[in-house]
Amino acid sequence: MEGQIAHIGAGLAGLGCGLSALGVGNVAGNFLAGALRNPSAAASQTATLFIGIAFAEALGIFSFLVALLLMFAV
Amino acid sequence: MATETHGAEGAAHGEGGLVFHPMDQFIVKPLFGDGPVGLFTVTNVTLWMVIAVICIAALMVWGTSRRAIVPGRIQSVAELAYGFVYKMVEDVTGKDAVGYFPYIMTLFMFIVFSNFLGLIPMAFTLTSHFAVTVVLALAVFLTVTILGFVLNGTKFLGLFWPTSAPVFLRPVLAIIELISYFVRPVSHSIRLAGNLMAGHAVIKVFAGFAALAAVSPLSILAITAMYGLEVLVAFIQAYVFTILTCVYLKDALHPSH
Repeated sequence: MEGQIAHIGAGLAGLGCGLSALGVGNVAGNFLAGALRNPSAAASQTATLFIGIAFAEALGIFSFLVALLLMFAV
Repeated sequence: MATETHGAEGAAHGEGGLVFHPMDQFIVKPLFGDGPVGLFTVTNVTLWMVIAVICIAALMVWGTSRRAIVPGRIQSVAELAYGFVYKMVEDVTGKDAVGYFPYIMTLFMFIVFSNFLGLIPMAFTLTSHFAVTVVLALAVFLTVTILGFVLNGTKFLGLFWPTSAPVFLRPVLAIIELISYFVRPVSHSIRLAGNLMAGHAVIKVFAGFAALAAVSPLSILAITAMYGLEVLVAFIQAYVFTILTCVYLKDALHPSH
């Protein structure tokens, strides 16, 4: 029974992965909006884009980690 | 941890035919015999690491050995990779950090090659295992931390004490900064392994649907699409890992800004 509850928890933690997708989409979308206004400045900012995406994604990764721990370690 | 669990599951689901578990592809198996996997057992991980290193050596050493002024195909790929990482280090970390370029180049080449070799059918994806990526990320974390203290002394602790913030906010920010600093190796490693593992598992899930005649055309299309995405992910994740290494290195070299 406890294991089954842990599986439900893992599924709930999976929601976090989807929510971090919102954050990543927000970063990329805003980058595109800015890049289309000023395309000449876009190329120099791709590194910043990826760093921003990585930081937004990090929080989704933590929920993924929680899901993994609930699935395999609890 | 993950290896044993997947191994147990793989055994439980049985082998052969089209019935397989999506996580079966990540089982670490000994190359010779069926003994337990110890610290020095030669496994499929060892095999694919050796293949990755041989491929990198072939590209970077043998590929550029002719030193042609007009580069051939292999040499231009090697030059492209070199220039790409060099520019990244220079842009993100700064011109004074090119001394650390060999380390970052090594990281990038190893990750990019293990990602792309993992895309070969029946191959083993090295970077899908936390054991591999955690070692890479911990190496970066320890390098950056030790380097920060060696180069800056106690000034490195200024990284956790933002002087531009109001005084009463600084202790709160210091705690947040401290947590985010120690969480770095976690997110650094799990981002890479998680992306690779999830992508390959999804391909295998679609491959499982291919056994049903009604949905097999759809599932083959889905596998093709996912494979295309995985090619993209394989490169982007190597790029992200490398650029984050550069960002962390910048913190160690210039903690004040």
